[in-house]
Amino acid sequence: MHLKPFVLSALRSATTGGRRYHVWMGSLTLIMLAGAYAYSLQLRYGLGVTGMSDHVSWGLYISNFTFLVGMAAAAMMLVLPAYILHDVDFGRAVLMAEAVAVAAIVMCLGFVVVDIGNPLGSWHLIPGVGYLNWPRSLLAWDVVVLNGYLVINLAIPFYILYGRFRGRPPEKRRYLIWMYIAVMWAVSIHLVTAFLLAGLPARPFWNTALLGPRFLASAFTAGPAFVILLLWFIKQTTKYEIADGAFAKLALITTVTAQINLIMLGSELFYKFYSPTHHGINARYLFFGLDGHHALVPWIWTAIAVNAIATVVLMIHPLRHDPRWLMPACAALFIGIWVEKGMGLVIPGFIPSPLGEIVEYTPTVVELGVTAGVWALGLFVLTVLVRVALPIELGEVRSPYIEKATPSAPIVRPRSTPPLRQPTPPVRTR
Amino acid sequence: MRADRAPAMPNADDERTVLQKRVDRRRALGILLGGVAVGAQAMTACSPVAPMTDEARETRLLAWREYIKGNYRSMTETERGETIARLERLAKVTRGADVKIQSTSAQPGVMFGYAFNISKCKGFRNCVEACINENNLDRRAGTQYIRIFEMEDGVVDLDEADATFQHEVPAEGHFYMGTQCFQCADPPCVKVCPVGATWQEPDGITVIDYDWCIGCRYCMAACPYWARRFNWSAPDVPVAEINPNQHYLGNRARKMGVVEKCTFCIHRTRQGRLPACAEACPTGARVFGNLLDPSSEIRWVLANKKVFRLKEDLKTEPRFWYFTD
Repeated sequence: MHLKPFVLSALRSATTGGRRYHVWMGSLTLIMLAGAYAYSLQLRYGLGVTGMSDHVSWGLYISNFTFLVGMAAAAMMLVLPAYILHDVDFGRAVLMAEAVAVAAIVMCLGFVVVDIGNPLGSWHLIPGVGYLNWPRSLLAWDVVVLNGYLVINLAIPFYILYGRFRGRPPEKRRYLIWMYIAVMWAVSIHLVTAFLLAGLPARPFWNTALLGPRFLASAFTAGPAFVILLLWFIKQTTKYEIADGAFAKLALITTVTAQINLIMLGSELFYKFYSPTHHGINARYLFFGLDGHHALVPWIWTAIAVNAIATVVLMIHPLRHDPRWLMPACAALFIGIWVEKGMGLVIPGFIPSPLGEIVEYTPTVVELGVTAGVWALGLFVLTVLVRVALPIELGEVRSPYIEKATPSAPIVRPRSTPPLRQPTPPVRTR
Repeated sequence: MRADRAPAMPNADDERTVLQKRVDRRRALGILLGGVAVGAQAMTACSPVAPMTDEARETRLLAWREYIKGNYRSMTETERGETIARLERLAKVTRGADVKIQSTSAQPGVMFGYAFNISKCKGFRNCVEACINENNLDRRAGTQYIRIFEMEDGVVDLDEADATFQHEVPAEGHFYMGTQCFQCADPPCVKVCPVGATWQEPDGITVIDYDWCIGCRYCMAACPYWARRFNWSAPDVPVAEINPNQHYLGNRARKMGVVEKCTFCIHRTRQGRLPACAEACPTGARVFGNLLDPSSEIRWVLANKKVFRLKEDLKTEPRFWYFTD
C-alpha cells in the first residue's frame, strides 16, 4: 500500500526544484534529444556516419564504455567500508555512490547499444529465444555481469529507501548478503571487461596480464574522485550533511589508487619501451607516433601530465584537506583517466592493424552527438536518483500511511525540516 | 480475398504446426505476432489514407518472417528451405534480381586448405577483382577480402609492406604476398562471438550467419589476420553485376551493420570448383585443394615445399600456407 505513494513522491521529488535545477534538467534533455537525432542518422545510414572503419572497428563508444564500467565498479569502493566495515562516516555517502553506479551502468548499456550494427537483433542475446555464447565469449560474460550489476544496484537502494519511506528501517540481515555480492560483482564487471580486451592475442597492446589490475586501479581512482565531486556538490547545495571524515577517507582512497595507477602505467611503459619488440608497436604509435601518424600523442601526454600533477597534489596533506585543491584535483583525475583509459586504451589497440597498416581515427560530429546524448542520459538518471533519494534520507518524505506514533527513520530529523530546497522566490534578492 | 497470395505467407500449415505444438517458443511467438502484423496490415489496407500495394505488403511480411527466424545452425532442413525461398523472393521483389541460394553442406572427407606461392605472385590483383565480383562485395565501400602486400626483397615484414600500391607491377626489387581469411583450425573470431553467429564448418570454413550477427565487431578485434569486414552502410551491388549463384553462408546479399568475410568461395568449392581467386590468378601462385586427399596438389605442396604460415606463434593453426619455388 506504500508503493503508489512512493512512486508518486519519487516523481514529485524528481520534477520539482528551483530554476537552476530545471535549467540543468532541461539542458540534459536537449542534449539527449540532439543525441537521439544523431542516433537516428546512424540507424538510417549505418555506422558509416561515425569515424570508425574496418581498421579501427571500435572507437569513442567502446572507449566510453570501458571507462564507465570502471565508474560503476568504483562506486562499490564506498559500499565496502560503509556496510561491511561499519564505517559510519561513509554511511550517508553510499546511496549516492550506488546512484553513480546505476547511472554509469545505464551509460555502459547505452554505449553498447549505440555501438552495435544490428540493434534490432539484440534479442539474439537472450538465452532461450536466442543464443548466448556463454561461457566461451567474454562479451557474453559482460552482458550477464553488467545486467546483473544493474539489478543489484537498483534493488539494494530501493529496499533501503522504500523501507525508510514506509517508516520501517531496512534490516541489515536482509540486505547485507547482497552488499557482499555487489562488492564482488563490482570487481567482476571490471575484470571481465578488461579480460574482454586482454584475451585477444591478435591485439598485443591489450594482451597483457596487467590490463585487469590496471583497469581496477584506474577505476578506483576515477570513481571515488567523481563521488567526491558529487558529494561536495550535494553538501554545498542541500541540507544533506556529509561528515568531513568521509571526504578525508575518500580522498585518501583516491590518492592511494592514483599512485598505484601511475606505478602500473610506469611498468607498462617500461615493459613496452626498454626492449622494444614488435608487440610494442601500438604503444609506440600512442606515445610517440608512427610513420608520421600521431593523432593520439598530444592526448595521451596531456592525460598523463594531468594525472601525475593531480596525484602529486593529493599526496600533499594540506592540499588534500583543502577543497579548493581537492576538487580540481579530483576533476583532473576524472578527465585524465577518461582520456587515458578511453581514447588512450581502446583506439591504439587498432593502430597499426594486425597486418601492420596504419589508418587513424577521428570521431565524427554524429558520433560526438550520440556520445554526448548517452552522457546526458547518464547524468539525467543520476540527478533523478539523487533527487529521489535525498528527501527520503533526510526524512522529509514519508508514506502518508505511516501512523503518527511510528518512529520515523534511522536518520532522526524532525518532521518539520524544511523541504530540500526552498521554492524559488519570485524576486531574487542577491 | 486475393488469389495471388504468395506461397511464403503464413498459411494453414503454420496453424497446424502450432496446434500440434511442434514448434519452439520463438517460432510460436513469431507466428502469433505475424498474425497480428497481418491483421494490422489488413486494417491499413482497408483505410483510405494509406493504400498498400500487394508487393509492399508481401515485402513487409517476408521481412518480418526473416526478422524472427533463428540461427542457421538451429534450423531444420525445412526451415532452411523456407528462409531461402523468402530470401530469393525478397531479392526478386526488392531488387528485381533472380538469385539462387544454396545450402549445400560440407562434403564428407573434405578439409579445405590453401597455399600461396610467393615466388609466383606478381601483384596483378586479378584475384582481388575476381573476389569482388564473385562474392557480391560492396562496390560503394570498396570492400575487399584479399590484400596483396608489396615487400622489398629480403624483408618479410608486414609492417614494412604496402598494400595500397598504385604503380606498374611487378616492381623492381619487390615481391608480393597475399592475405585473406586463413580459415584457422582454432579460430579466435568464433570463440568471441557473443551470439554464436559465426562458426567453423566441418570442411574447415569459418562462416557467418549474416542474419544472426548483431554487429558488435568483437570478432574483428579478435582476428589476428584482419580478415573480417563490416558493412558500415547498406552494401551496394548494381543489379546487373550481382552474382546469382549464391550460398546462404557465403556470397548472398548482406545487410547493413553486420560482419562478413572470405569463405573460400563456399558456393563454388563445395561443388568441386576452385575459389574465384585461385581461378583468376594468371601466375599460378594460388594452390587450393582438399587436405584429406593424398593426391591433391595442396598435399604435394605441403610435402615437397618449405612452407610457413603467418604468426604461427599465436597457435590459431591457419589452413593457409606460404611457399617459394
